[in-house]
Amino acid sequence: MALLQLDNISVAYDQQYILKDFNLSLEKGQLLSLLGPSGCGKTTTLRLIAGFLDAKDGSFRFEGKDYTRTPINKRNFGLVFQSYALFPHLSVYENVAFGLRIRKVKDDEIRKRVMKMLEIVSLHGFEDRFPGALSGGQKQRVAIARALVIEPDLLLFDEPLSNLDANLRVNMRVEIRRIQQELGITTVYVSHDQEECFSISDKVAVMNKGVIEQLDHPSVIFKYPKTEFVGRFIGFNNFITFTERQADGDAVLLTVNGLPFRAKKVPGMSAGMKGAIRPDDLLAGTENEISEGPNVLDGTVKVSTYLGRSYQYIVETALGEFTVNKEMLSPFENGQRIRLLVPPEKLVLVD
Amino acid sequence: MQNKSYGLTLFTFLVYLFLLGPLILIAIASFEPSTVLKFPLTGFSLKWYKNVFEVGLFMSTFKTSVIVSLLGNFLALLLGVPAAYALSRGSFRGKNTLNAIFLSPVLIPGIVLGFTLLKFIIISLHIPIYAALLIGHTVIMLPFIIRVIGSSLSNFDFAIEEASLSLGSSRLATFFKVVLPNIRSGIIAAVLIAFLESFNNVDISIFMSGPGISTLPIQMLTYVQNYFDPTIAALSVMLMIFTAVIMFLIERLLGLSYFTKR
Repeated sequence: MALLQLDNISVAYDQQYILKDFNLSLEKGQLLSLLGPSGCGKTTTLRLIAGFLDAKDGSFRFEGKDYTRTPINKRNFGLVFQSYALFPHLSVYENVAFGLRIRKVKDDEIRKRVMKMLEIVSLHGFEDRFPGALSGGQKQRVAIARALVIEPDLLLFDEPLSNLDANLRVNMRVEIRRIQQELGITTVYVSHDQEECFSISDKVAVMNKGVIEQLDHPSVIFKYPKTEFVGRFIGFNNFITFTERQADGDAVLLTVNGLPFRAKKVPGMSAGMKGAIRPDDLLAGTENEISEGPNVLDGTVKVSTYLGRSYQYIVETALGEFTVNKEMLSPFENGQRIRLLVPPEKLVLVD
Repeated sequence: MQNKSYGLTLFTFLVYLFLLGPLILIAIASFEPSTVLKFPLTGFSLKWYKNVFEVGLFMSTFKTSVIVSLLGNFLALLLGVPAAYALSRGSFRGKNTLNAIFLSPVLIPGIVLGFTLLKFIIISLHIPIYAALLIGHTVIMLPFIIRVIGSSLSNFDFAIEEASLSLGSSRLATFFKVVLPNIRSGIIAAVLIAFLESFNNVDISIFMSGPGISTLPIQMLTYVQNYFDPTIAALSVMLMIFTAVIMFLIERLLGLSYFTKR
């Protein structure tokens, strides 16, 4: 049975629903990310699980017990905030010890556990410092230690890396994953950074307008987005709306404006009429390089930008504009006639 | 550039002279040996300083002033800290109105407030004068308490309160263990500022004094009406030093910029 289960949860502010009939379940020991743009309800979901928000309807079950009305301080969940939220008047040691003191743990036991936890987050020797004298990354390590030392039943991260600079963010997310796996602690992680979520999660839930659009392993979402929203969010910039669709063995035949397309059939494929493809997967070439046929579009280069590794073109075709990336020595010129080839195995059908 | 800067220096000097001149004159005049305030001095004497301690009413009203200021301060803290907390933390309807009401004693002329308090607290409700004096002073201290503590709460990251709750602490324990220690300097400043405001107050106290009950500023006023010797000058110098010490403490604790900032 799932460790954490949200059933038909609704959250509303002033008659406006942030979450409606929201469902989510999570297995023990997993790290689940909630990913989405701001306002998609991911933080609301986290705050509901933490206990800062009350559900208007629905229930929240944890380890089989009803947690819907359990106050925050009785939940035994560890929280890590975007702003670190360390106690400025307490030393690193006392910050970490805070939860244990409330639990009336004996002093020598506190000492043992705090020191061990500071070891785990690589902050040995920092126990007498105050938060004001720490860097952002160190503060976040203290915050993680503080949340972990109480041996929480669930660990919650609210955009923990947003305030750190790029390099540190990569290091810290590796750290977070290492600690999470080392302690085998069930975790819910909120972020708007796709790469961050994909790199550390067992499962990712992509959210939009208070609904989970897709919940799956990161690699599945990355390759096979289920909906147009998910596709756009993870970088499928090109969409084709087809008018006809029929199955043909291990392929799907599609048509739009009399132009024939093939897509490779994959298990669990959407029954939708929209095809999505990444700019990196679309092939571009001159009329000599790509011959006419199915999955090929004629177009004109409209805008060309240099990305460093490759050039990016906006190409005007009969089906609208397409974005394509291509590594090449001398770029196409604006206004040049080119052809685009949509590889059938890269064309993903979405709702 | 050079000229402009000389002009500015001169201007600043004149402003300071205007502000401090009377205080300096009073300080000098307090050393006058004759029974009338005079300038320049006809000699040098400390007898009026001694006289301050010999006028019994000065001593007893000083005691009243201190007691009323301290007790009123305590009451204003009891009311003001939760109010400041609610105003900065909560979002509820009528918050701005409430804010305005709490700050109104600063905006309403003291004489009006004093008269109103006399009318309602003493005449209508028959509250004893000493208690009325205490209530009046609590009322005038409250806005300072709320304002100063409110400004220190506005720099307070409420996420740390949530962190404390998530670690298992109750709301009440969180307030005492996390919120209060982090606004401590604000509370100290509020107490000192409010104390000065109350201790120096005339317009409320004048309505709230009666037989045998009066504050030091009121007693000074009464004294000046009857005598014109330099005792008041000597007392004023002592009060200036007293105030200066408190301001120095505030400056040392958080810097005066704390109040001019917002």
